[in-house]
Amino acid sequence: MDQFISCMGNFFSRAVNGIVLSAQSEDPGIIMRTIDYLSRRSDLILDLMLEHLWLVVFTLVIAIAVSVVVGVIISYYESFAQTVLGICQVLMVIPSMAMLAFMVPIFGIGFTTGVVALVLYSLLPIVRNTYTGIRELDPAIVEAAKGMGMTERRVLLKIKLPLARPVIMAGIRTAAVMMIGIAAIAAYVGAGGLGELIFSGISRGHQPMIIAGAIGVSIIAVAFDYLLYWGEKRFSVEGRTREVTE
Amino acid sequence: MIKLEGLSKIFPGHTIPAVKDLNLEVKEGDVCVLVGPSGCGKTTTMKMINRLYEPTGGKIYIRGEEALKMDPIKLRLDIGYVIQEIGLFPHMTIEENVATVPNEKHWPADQVKQKVDEVMTLVGLDPNVFKSRYPSALSGGQRQRVGVARAMVSDPPIMLMDEPFGAVDPITRARLQNEFLRIQERMGKTIVFVTHDIDEAIKMSDTIAVMREGELIQHATPSDLLSAPADEFVSNLVGRNRSIKRLHLIRINEILEDVNRAKPISEDAQTEEIKKQLDQSDIRTVIVVDRNNKLKGIIGVNDLKRTTGEVAKDYCQDVSDTVTSDATLNDALSVMLELGEGYVAVVNEDDQYEGTITLGDLLNVVKEDN
Repeated sequence: MDQFISCMGNFFSRAVNGIVLSAQSEDPGIIMRTIDYLSRRSDLILDLMLEHLWLVVFTLVIAIAVSVVVGVIISYYESFAQTVLGICQVLMVIPSMAMLAFMVPIFGIGFTTGVVALVLYSLLPIVRNTYTGIRELDPAIVEAAKGMGMTERRVLLKIKLPLARPVIMAGIRTAAVMMIGIAAIAAYVGAGGLGELIFSGISRGHQPMIIAGAIGVSIIAVAFDYLLYWGEKRFSVEGRTREVTE
Repeated sequence: MIKLEGLSKIFPGHTIPAVKDLNLEVKEGDVCVLVGPSGCGKTTTMKMINRLYEPTGGKIYIRGEEALKMDPIKLRLDIGYVIQEIGLFPHMTIEENVATVPNEKHWPADQVKQKVDEVMTLVGLDPNVFKSRYPSALSGGQRQRVGVARAMVSDPPIMLMDEPFGAVDPITRARLQNEFLRIQERMGKTIVFVTHDIDEAIKMSDTIAVMREGELIQHATPSDLLSAPADEFVSNLVGRNRSIKRLHLIRINEILEDVNRAKPISEDAQTEEIKKQLDQSDIRTVIVVDRNNKLKGIIGVNDLKRTTGEVAKDYCQDVSDTVTSDATLNDALSVMLELGEGYVAVVNEDDQYEGTITLGDLLNVVKEDN
């Protein structure tokens, strides 16, 4: 979430700079111009938003699959866990520009590079939450399950993962929102999305484009976060318990 | 049924064994209670029986078969298991919780349903009310019942219980214990029961195994343990109040026949009759019952003077607490002390009057024993 905020902050400060610059150049119509731009190019903006969303959803599915498996594996091997979490941590603090630059020689320019970079970024929140979610379950519950004759596989699928799900979901939400921000930067390596609008706006000195891109990213981020939050509430055990007792 | 031979366990990284060269045999249908201070190895011993802990030495025989050579999953499916913190699965309904073992055994669905209903009724939970609830919507006592139901549902011949009644208040605990003993009388399971409460051990057990620092100090029947403790540790554990502890061993229905007490009067009895009964009564109180022999209340000497009326119904005062006939003499004593009276009315499960026990009766029992 922090990364996301700082990332968004970056975009906004650039956009604000644009506004300030234009105010100094005695061009009062920046807001009007943005609205005008939004209405004129709404089809392009919508296309880019869908492209952005596709990039994020595609990456998130891969990231969840990889990270949950890794998280489950390290929950069984305590000594292994700290190393893996350490690596994930390092991956996350690499500046996004540098990470993308590393990727280009390996994967070339395009969608794949963006996806790989985003997956690496989102490892930490999901892996860590899967790991802690499982480790911090009430040991009595796990022991009861084992003592009654459940196999380890059944304990994992029927007890551990369902109970750790809220924590895992929280990790996925963090990763998703962060991803939406970083995906804008991935436009630099040709992964597409709203980043294209922002970057070409910056290079052309076209402020309405920058603002339009930033607004699109924000809308996706807020909507996505809310959607995941709603899904989490809808299927949580607490929600079901309340229905029964009332 | 269960035989432990030279069993020992050293946890990795420890030098002192948690359990040391333990020999113990539990006969079929017996309740064997492992008792001792915390850290004495009683829970460790129990968990080795279903192989949650692998022993570092020794052998375990279950029905003559060597448990350490069996498939642990198969072994556990045939051993009912109730643990200390109950360990109900919070994301599953009570029905799903209770059906855990049958589902692991892949029973057909309708058989599972029927058995779940049956076992829930057995532990005193109405299936229609509780089946679809989640554990968080249950009281502590109800959760304990679910824990027991879950362990018994597939009718395992052996049950392991680790302080199953630990997390409830004393009154609920006594009730759960009595109910459990009633069920056990019918089921005749072989049970290994762990507790640190010597009173519970005396009440629940056929044999008691006292443990200290991983070693078995004495394995005996409760009455042998009370009359002949093996050493100072055991006699300290059972405490000085051995006569009082004996009260745990005797059930009210065992002495109720010998106690000759005046019959209760019906709620329509006339004042004259009540007066006559009161004069004869050694507790200066008469018990009033209705037509179905249900306990209606009591009339003391003062009640007759205070209120005006014609029949027993008019004078009758409510009884705040009673005991059931399968409770122990100790339960009766606690109720008497709580009420501040020298007697307590005994009823059966349907609240029908069965008799009255007084402090004097308890004294007689203790005297006879010594």
